[in-house]
Amino acid sequence: MTRLRIDLEKPLGDFSLKISEELNIDTVLGVLGHNGAGKTTLLRLLAGLDRTERGVIEFGGSAWLDTSHSIFVPPHKRRIGMVFQDARLFPHLTVAGNLNFAANRAVGQLLPRAEVIKTLGLEGLLARRPAGLSGGERQRVALARALMSGPQLLLLDEPLSAADMGYRVELLPYLRQVIDRFKIPTLYVAHTLDELTQLADQLLVLRGGSCAALGSVTEVLAQLDLPEVAGREAASSMITAQVTAHDPDYQLTSLAFGGQSLSLSGLVASPGDKVRIRVFATDIAIALEKPEAISIRNVLPAVVSEIRIDTLSPFADVLIAVGGQSLRVRMTRASLNELKITTSQQVFALLKTASLASG
Amino acid sequence: MNIDWQAFLLTTQLAGLTVVILLLVATPLAWWLAHSRRAWVGWVEALVALPLVLPPTVMGFYLLLLFAPDSGPGAWWFSLTGEPLNFSFTGLVIASAIYSLPFATQPIQGAFSSVGEGVLEAGATLGASPLDRFFRLALPLSRRGYLTAAVLVFAHTLGEFGVVLMIGGNIPGETRVVSVALYEAVETLNYGSAHTMAAILMGFSFVVLLTVYGLNRRFAFRLGSGG
Repeated sequence: MTRLRIDLEKPLGDFSLKISEELNIDTVLGVLGHNGAGKTTLLRLLAGLDRTERGVIEFGGSAWLDTSHSIFVPPHKRRIGMVFQDARLFPHLTVAGNLNFAANRAVGQLLPRAEVIKTLGLEGLLARRPAGLSGGERQRVALARALMSGPQLLLLDEPLSAADMGYRVELLPYLRQVIDRFKIPTLYVAHTLDELTQLADQLLVLRGGSCAALGSVTEVLAQLDLPEVAGREAASSMITAQVTAHDPDYQLTSLAFGGQSLSLSGLVASPGDKVRIRVFATDIAIALEKPEAISIRNVLPAVVSEIRIDTLSPFADVLIAVGGQSLRVRMTRASLNELKITTSQQVFALLKTASLASG
Repeated sequence: MNIDWQAFLLTTQLAGLTVVILLLVATPLAWWLAHSRRAWVGWVEALVALPLVLPPTVMGFYLLLLFAPDSGPGAWWFSLTGEPLNFSFTGLVIASAIYSLPFATQPIQGAFSSVGEGVLEAGATLGASPLDRFFRLALPLSRRGYLTAAVLVFAHTLGEFGVVLMIGGNIPGETRVVSVALYEAVETLNYGSAHTMAAILMGFSFVVLLTVYGLNRRFAFRLGSGG
């Protein structure tokens, strides 16, 4: 657990970044926000690439910035590793040369080079020049290079969002492995929720330069008043569950959480594993009575805890408590009214599918 | 037929020395021009580019006045060394450096600009200090700009005539460069020597350019797609 205290103010065109938080970064803190919310500026201020008139940054025990005491630690002395949207590899050096550049300037304990190369699958690329690499390969090299500099804090600025979207799927498992293996506190900036639900354990939502929400991914996803996590594609919940059994015949995996059980297809996990499941709000239906003779296998007793109606759209969002966890359900306003659903009401949640967020 | 080999040697020395001096002088100047956001950068840029448009005789005239041993910088130099700047090899080198300054500055400035802030920022986050970033990133990424600058300055100094005539005159072994020797040969109707010297200069220049452009191709790496 690393403590990062920030108290920053920086004018940005027609609004300002104004954020004062004490962040305890365990593994990955996801920073979410629409374009122009100040995410990249926050990262650049942390890296020391941008400066501001008024602010404090304290990482671990040391001050990186304290404008009232004229403290500014320049970027090359901050022991950070940054990966930019565009990989920014050094074109005159080979892949190995890029890694050496970082390793030669690293302070403190170096991560084992062979392990970094293996984790990011760079064995066959070392002699190549950046110009000959694909977009995904470049980002892998950029990540490896950042790791080789021995960072105490990793800053990832939308590493999956460069023009070439094809390598998104290819890169995610590498990121996951880097996070799991090297356990470096990471700030991960993204403008879509997808990758963050798979990689982050905490979320910071930035809106108009200010912190709109901060908490565990599960907590933030369950906040019905956050447009950043309420989009049609995004609205979802996270359940932490334990794998209890796998039926190879039907190819179904049984999971348990808070006294409830789930049966899902398409999971790659073995009994005993703790997994995080992402359930989309549109994949859950609500019934007032327990339905009999229905193809949906997951029927869970639940209690309605919060209702939010958006009169500008056909939909309403309902938060239900199931086995001690919160699930977000999206239904039409018409259904909500016809079923006369109110808070504290006992209902049944019908869950069609869910996907594995991370192992 | 008499070929003035001494003039060839002097010309090569002058051009070589000018290249060395200008690469050293133009580097900080070009870096500043490429990175400064001050309002008066434009003024400096215009001043540096002046020799591109002025007739060499205008430059030569002002330099003649500045180099004169009775006042200004010329007097200071005279009191320091006991030698006048006018009609001396040293004066010629200084004049060449001033006259060719834009030919060194502009390609290097262009190269520095195209290195881009992004790569330097990446270097900073990897622990490279500003000087480290300059020598390990900016400089190697700008080598084509340096090559172009060196060739242009060398070639431009070979072809210099007006400025030399104004401030250097025609002193064998001191200020008589090939272009002046050639002019004198023609003036004295010594067409045989003129032919030979002109042909050698042309052949030599062509070989230099050919070598450099060949090298330049080998140096090439696709910067645009380098990330």
